[in-house]
Amino acid sequence: MEIKVLGTGCSNCKATVKLVEEIAKEKGASITMEKVEDIQDIMKFNIMSTPGVVIDGIVVHAGGIPSREKVEAWFG
Amino acid sequence: MATVAVTAPRNSWPKSFLVCAVLIWYGLYRALEPFSEWVVGLLPIDRASKLGGALQFFLYDTPKVLLLLTGVVFVMGMINSYFTPERTRVILAGKSEGVGNIMAASLGIVTPFCSCSAVPLFIGFVQAGVPLGITFSFLISAPMVNEVALTLLFSMFGWKVAGLYLFLGLSVAIISGWVIGKLKLENYLEDWVRNMPKTVASVGADQLTLSDRIESGKASIKEIVVKVWPYIIVGIAVGAGIHGYVPEDFMANLMGKEAWWSVPVAVLIGVPMYTNAAGIIPIVEALLAKGAALGTVLAFMMSVIALSLPEMIILRKVLKLRLIIIFTSIVATGILLVGYIFNAVL
Repeated sequence: MEIKVLGTGCSNCKATVKLVEEIAKEKGASITMEKVEDIQDIMKFNIMSTPGVVIDGIVVHAGGIPSREKVEAWFG
Repeated sequence: MATVAVTAPRNSWPKSFLVCAVLIWYGLYRALEPFSEWVVGLLPIDRASKLGGALQFFLYDTPKVLLLLTGVVFVMGMINSYFTPERTRVILAGKSEGVGNIMAASLGIVTPFCSCSAVPLFIGFVQAGVPLGITFSFLISAPMVNEVALTLLFSMFGWKVAGLYLFLGLSVAIISGWVIGKLKLENYLEDWVRNMPKTVASVGADQLTLSDRIESGKASIKEIVVKVWPYIIVGIAVGAGIHGYVPEDFMANLMGKEAWWSVPVAVLIGVPMYTNAAGIIPIVEALLAKGAALGTVLAFMMSVIALSLPEMIILRKVLKLRLIIIFTSIVATGILLVGYIFNAVL
């Protein structure tokens, strides 16, 4: 899975990256993690609040740190 | 925007959960005063002494403020779930100036907002055809007039101060946005922002259930209360401890009503600074306790929360320097007036 975390580098974005990596590891999913920090690149995904999470090109989350349950469902 | 549907674990009795939560909250609230007296009674300290009074105040006020904040943040978390940024954008798109500024400033209170999202939100609004001045009204009100600031002001200084802060904060946001709209500054957006394709603001049907909203309220508690409680404890400790240790009128000469120049100085110092609403409370508490004028202190608080150097640096990616300077000057002027009005009426 190709995962992108969109965010300009605030603490919530860092926490999101950490959470996604941690749960992917727990679930044994193989992922590539990319942090998109440039605002013009972020806006291409058409989100209005960060951090955002994109999996294989689809926005699955925007705004705030996603809950553990939500992240687990992505790797279900 | 495609979203993967996620079925959250359902609470089958969301209404009974709410009723229980309200009852427990109320019970705790009523128990605070007797509890604090009881604890102080256990300690080998004279209740009538200065230290005894300060301890009782601290033991009563800390849980009171935290409890109030938890309740308000929970309710606001539930209300926030009705007002996502996407939904707010739909409401504001194509609104005319005047009414639009008032709506934007008011929606700024109830729409969840984090300063790190300021830029995506700004672009999202402009792209959907929300006029620039209305976007600014939202952007000014959202961080400044928020439930944490209002709850803390209410529980520490009473409803009059909180109400004035709400009213004047909204006024600054509405009027500053309106002025920016009148100045026709669209040319001072960065070129790539102006050249972005326009989108039609739309939003899917809201499918959240009551239990989803409860979850959203709980998430807000986790996100906000967990972050701000240390500031609150420091703030109350300052309030409880400072009496008697620093002369009562220590700040009166510097920041009292007679010192007219202290308002602009407070705003100038506050503008580049940044901290959240909770972080500023200890300072507010200390200044007020020592005889600083309320208007001066609130102007300082507003300028710290509403304007900051980090925010300007983030906004520089979408706004040309000139627009940032105009925006900052207009808002700072508004806050300055608020300071003088407060000092004049109170």
